[in-house]
Amino acid sequence: MIELKNITYSVKGTSQEEREILKDLSAIFEEGKTYVITGPNGSGKSTLARLIMGINPLQHGEIFFDGQNIGNLSITQRAKAGICYAFQKPVTFKGVKIKSLLNIASGKENNVGGLCEYLSAVGLCAKDYIHRPFDDKLSGGEQKRIELALTLARNAKVNIFDEPEAGIDIWSFEKLTSIFKKLKKATNIIISHQSRIFEIADEIILLENGQIAKRGSYKQMKKHLQNARCGKLGGEA
Amino acid sequence: MNNLEKSLLEKLTDLHKLPSGAFSLRKNGESEKMQSTKEIEIKKKADKQGIDIIVAPNVKGKSVHIPVIISVGGLTDLVYNDFYIGENADVLIVAGCGIHNATCKKSEHNGVHTFHLGKNSKVEYIERHIGEGDGEGEKVLNPITKIILEENSHMIMESTQLGGVSSTIRKTTAKVGKNAILSVKENILTTDKQWAKTDFKVELLGENSRAEIVSHSVARDNSVQEFKSNMIGKAECFGHVECDGMLLDNAVITSTPTVSALNNRSSLVHEASIGKISGEAMVKLMSLGLTEKEAEDVIIEGFLLG
Repeated sequence: MIELKNITYSVKGTSQEEREILKDLSAIFEEGKTYVITGPNGSGKSTLARLIMGINPLQHGEIFFDGQNIGNLSITQRAKAGICYAFQKPVTFKGVKIKSLLNIASGKENNVGGLCEYLSAVGLCAKDYIHRPFDDKLSGGEQKRIELALTLARNAKVNIFDEPEAGIDIWSFEKLTSIFKKLKKATNIIISHQSRIFEIADEIILLENGQIAKRGSYKQMKKHLQNARCGKLGGEA
Repeated sequence: MNNLEKSLLEKLTDLHKLPSGAFSLRKNGESEKMQSTKEIEIKKKADKQGIDIIVAPNVKGKSVHIPVIISVGGLTDLVYNDFYIGENADVLIVAGCGIHNATCKKSEHNGVHTFHLGKNSKVEYIERHIGEGDGEGEKVLNPITKIILEENSHMIMESTQLGGVSSTIRKTTAKVGKNAILSVKENILTTDKQWAKTDFKVELLGENSRAEIVSHSVARDNSVQEFKSNMIGKAECFGHVECDGMLLDNAVITSTPTVSALNNRSSLVHEASIGKISGEAMVKLMSLGLTEKEAEDVIIEGFLLG
């Protein structure tokens, strides 16, 4: 379980003025539930995800993971504790092979069968990919799928996905949602704007101006989200 | 060979013992052992230090190992090795020099390798340079490689130096004939106060000749690296130079890739980039559970050996 208490996060604007991205935000993400965080550009969705992983430093407030205050833990320590983060735009590496990354993610040396399990879940054939570097020669869709395979290999207690649907190309949403179903024992926090991903959520959290504007089941939120979508849903923040 | 020398040999050639095929082992400035086969003749030069390696035409799937080991200080070695690859042959050549210097005197190896590739022949050339030993004596390796590619021949050269060498000046020249292909991959790591200079001059002389140079270098601590290349197109040809440098600590890398199109049907490309390790790459690997140091090592290893 992840608990956020009174999180405030600011950045300096172009004319050096302080701008609050998150304002005194508190939330609980329970074990075994899938949450979708949505909201307009600049509402603080990605910042919130990066704060949980420790990529952005905590400025004000507290973060608890299964009762332990993790606010001062490094990215590595949070990863080892069981938090996983799938990037919106996957980070690529010159020369580092997909096999090596899957082994690092799973914390063990996998045989081809093991690697195949992770890659086939994202619609890729292991023998075509494990010896290839995870670099820019792969298409955006391939990179995104391998990023998801790394999340599967992590087998973490908490999975954070930053816009997993972005750049999925011809691969079907059904496959993507089947991955979230595979991970249903974990706590899944998904940043998304896609109604098909809303459908699999136990709860949807709408962020606006750095605060939770509304939260509830898809059924409860559907109308509100449609209205919000007509306005300004989307983008990174 | 003592255990230390055996260990150097293994690092250079991946072999636990001398190979069963053609080889020449040079140790501490002298020829230690040589072996020819029916298809590959190795003979000492009459006028200077070095050997001629003659691969008969049509020989395929064979290998030649010519490692050099230096395990003493205060030695400067200069050797000339000439490779003559017969028409239609296809061979693997494994060379390199390992210096273990535990003394305070300099050890230096200067190897001049000339490759003559006959028509339709193919060579995969793997060259490794290793320096080790705790002594203050410098470990210096200066390879000169001259490559002459006749029609339809193909040379793949992979040169690796992963730390331990105090200084190196590496010069490679190539003349690429009609329909011939040269492919070079160079991987260099320098640490401490080491320095490495690389200089390529490739002349694309024949119609439809092709050449690619990919250099990946990592400089750590206070080390210095300098990369120079000149790809010269004198016919309808394609040449590509890619030089990527990764900087850590207070290290310095300079890169000067030149392309010279002397024929209006030449197509030449160069790319050069130097920078520190990407912060996002470090964050990604740490988010998979690696420490900062482990993440750095994975990125560097992939960059140099991937």
